[in-house]
Amino acid sequence: MITLVITLLGIYLVFGPRRTPTGADFTWTGIKANLAENINLGLDLKGGSHLVMRVKTDEYLKTLTENSAQAAEMAAKDAQLPVTGSSVQAAGSTYSVTLNLGEGAQPAAVAEEVKKKVDFVNWSESTSANSITWTLPSTHQTLLKNQAVEQAMKIIESRINAFGVKEPTLQRHGAESSGQILLQMPGVDDPERVKKLIGDDAQLSLMKVVSPPSPSLATYPTEEAAKQSLGGAVPSNRRIFPYRERDSSATPGAPEPPTQFVVVEYPAVVDGSELRDASAVSRTGNEGDYQIAFSLKPSGAAKFGDWTSKNINNYMAVVLNNEAKSVAFIKSRIDDQGEISGTFTKATADDLALTLRSGALPAKIEYQEERTVGPSLGADSIQAGVTASVAGLIFIVAFMLIYYRGSGINAVIALVLNLLLTMAALIVFDSTLTLPGIAGLILGIGMAVDSNVLIFERMREELVAGKKVADAVQLGFDRAFVTIIDSHVTTILSAVILYLYGSGPIRGFAVTLILGLLINLFSAVFVSRTIFGWLLSRNPDMQKLSI
Amino acid sequence: MFQILPKINVDWMGIRKPLIAISIVVLLAGLSSAIGRQFTPGGTDAFNLGVDFQGGTVITAKFKQKPSVDDIRNALNGVGINEPIIQESTDKTDEILIKVPLIEGSTEATTEAETVNQVAAGRESVKNALNTFGAEAKPELALQDDANAAYKIVGTDSVGPVAGAQLRNQAVIATLLGMIGILLFIAFRYDWTYAAGAVIAVFHDVLITLAFFSIFQWEVSLTVLAAFLTLVGFSVNDSIVIFDRIRENLVAHRKDSLFKITNDSINQTLSRTIITAGLVIFSVLSLVLFGGEVLRSFSLALLVGLTLGCYSTIAIASPIAIWWQDKLGGADVKETLAPQRKEKMASAARRSVTRKPVTR
Repeated sequence: MITLVITLLGIYLVFGPRRTPTGADFTWTGIKANLAENINLGLDLKGGSHLVMRVKTDEYLKTLTENSAQAAEMAAKDAQLPVTGSSVQAAGSTYSVTLNLGEGAQPAAVAEEVKKKVDFVNWSESTSANSITWTLPSTHQTLLKNQAVEQAMKIIESRINAFGVKEPTLQRHGAESSGQILLQMPGVDDPERVKKLIGDDAQLSLMKVVSPPSPSLATYPTEEAAKQSLGGAVPSNRRIFPYRERDSSATPGAPEPPTQFVVVEYPAVVDGSELRDASAVSRTGNEGDYQIAFSLKPSGAAKFGDWTSKNINNYMAVVLNNEAKSVAFIKSRIDDQGEISGTFTKATADDLALTLRSGALPAKIEYQEERTVGPSLGADSIQAGVTASVAGLIFIVAFMLIYYRGSGINAVIALVLNLLLTMAALIVFDSTLTLPGIAGLILGIGMAVDSNVLIFERMREELVAGKKVADAVQLGFDRAFVTIIDSHVTTILSAVILYLYGSGPIRGFAVTLILGLLINLFSAVFVSRTIFGWLLSRNPDMQKLSI
Repeated sequence: MFQILPKINVDWMGIRKPLIAISIVVLLAGLSSAIGRQFTPGGTDAFNLGVDFQGGTVITAKFKQKPSVDDIRNALNGVGINEPIIQESTDKTDEILIKVPLIEGSTEATTEAETVNQVAAGRESVKNALNTFGAEAKPELALQDDANAAYKIVGTDSVGPVAGAQLRNQAVIATLLGMIGILLFIAFRYDWTYAAGAVIAVFHDVLITLAFFSIFQWEVSLTVLAAFLTLVGFSVNDSIVIFDRIRENLVAHRKDSLFKITNDSINQTLSRTIITAGLVIFSVLSLVLFGGEVLRSFSLALLVGLTLGCYSTIAIASPIAIWWQDKLGGADVKETLAPQRKEKMASAARRSVTRKPVTR
């Protein structure tokens, strides 16, 4: 009775639709469609892309430390305090900022002044007569790294959503400290553009160019020449960026003018975090002639408006990823609109605009693993897996029926039930069926066969020893049961360890194997025994058992 | 009643030494293959590690008109991929596998840029090379639907060195933990001597399968690891079936020597061993034949390992368990039928039985 209910439930779970059944659900194609819909196929079977990436959290902390040092030095200098310079230690797991003090400085006073401007709350502070050092404790390093990964995930999520990837899975991968992120995109079979989009680091900033006022923009033919103009070394409040002048009237495809260099003031007037929107616009409607229009948030716009009104006739550079994309002189106050000119194609302009909109990644991303399976390859794998399973199953069924005759039917029922219930369990637990998972199913069947063989061989032995049929059945099950339990527990044990310590494909294998084995304890032992019991109850004095 | 082995009486314990010798010979062959390959200059490595474990990129490309392997190699050399492994798919004539090894020395910290390159650009550079044969089909179209296309990349597996090392460590940890788990469980259910026998047999199976992988240079990938763990399960399963019978016979036939009991137990369960192994090996064989390229090395590992599994139970697990029991009992193994030794052997064996009585 229990068996019957469970079987029907299994059949419904595997083949039944998740809605009111219609007549079409009982046709062959209807059943196949429902089966495909119910079972959650892995990317290796239905096609898709699996990416493991790592956020370079060390780099993030390094940048953070460097920026803090910079800001600390500036804060002290702004307050007219005697500071001779700053140094940074960012190697291994030590991140610290040291501020070197000049003659007659009072460390406590300097520290207080600096901390008004710079967030050193979570850093441990140590002072000496002529220096102050802030060190980031390791607990806080972990916290910041985690934050960086979480932030990166949010940004990646917004980028892939905007890109239109369907049903992506984005989650942390591996140990927490590894900073790894796993992204799965079903149906994507050429992830190049998505990969580029995610990894792209679009840092936009609007910076003041160091130059005499319009119309004489100071550019330098080489980086060295630019450095010479600053006295041979780049001070901490200046940056040199390459710049390629573009004539807006030039026809697309005309030879590019040579790269020049400009010197700009650091830090930027406004940076990417103040960006409100960015979009690709066409200048002439030709492909390859797109630029990006952007607008600023109110806070950024206010800052930018003030700055531009004070700097009329000076030059401003739009810097993207350490390259001055355009340099313009300020004709009048500008509030919140700007553009990045350049020769973009529609796709690159769209992607860049998207990257800008989603904000900058806290640190660079490095790809560690990519597995992409085209839908056709996935379908081939399903085909191969199914063919192999069916071939194996047919052989096993034929053998059981020939070798064990009447009792073979019993075994076949148990086997088919095992397969059915394993699939039902996969559906109930919402597990994913992968290619190694199919292998796990086949091995589960192997173990199921083994259980039957163990029981039947035992019964035969007892019959040969002259036991009555009823006793032989009883003994066969009882004695074989101990062996079956022991062997199943050992295999389940190793499968559980596989599941806990294994990764992606191995887990799929472990899940189907564990489910298959657990269900086998029910189907091979309980169900099969019930059927024998039923046969014996109809004919208690059975003299010959077909085995 | 139709039986494969009606009545069998082989003195397995008597021929245990030749059997163990065979195992040792195969193990040595594998070891010398591994060492030989490792130290032959310019030769192959001890194992043909897949990209899962050493990093690298595998591209599966489908062609309308498949170019010759040499042409593809030249094209790949043209974009700076120096040592590609090009493998034709055995069951699909229009597909090839291109394996791009990890750039030499990129595990060193010096070339971090290059390792980034591996995963980011592996597919890109192969694509550049293949473009010399014509355009790739558009992402949204299948190969046959795109009239202008010559080929399409249908699969990519790219693993950086860091991820590769991670997967490798995970694999080793999972295998060792699995073995420890099995050891503890058998020790709990039977006795330490049996546990040792079973685990040594399992090591034997894994090592000999590895020997095959080294000798024939089959690729060791993540799925092969799954196969290893499965065969661990099956090998233990086989051992348990026989141990269980030994335990039962020890209770039923206390007068017999441990040797005779072991022999009888192996013989009594032999038909089960052969039927089960035969059926499982057949389903694995169907995996080898119909399972496709992706599952090939997985199924090969299982095929070899499962065959070994049932052999090692007879030749390795039981002799070791019995030998150890015997040491505990201080009995002389050689004289199987010496009456004065019987009592000691039986008591030694019984101790392990009574410690964990079987509930029936």
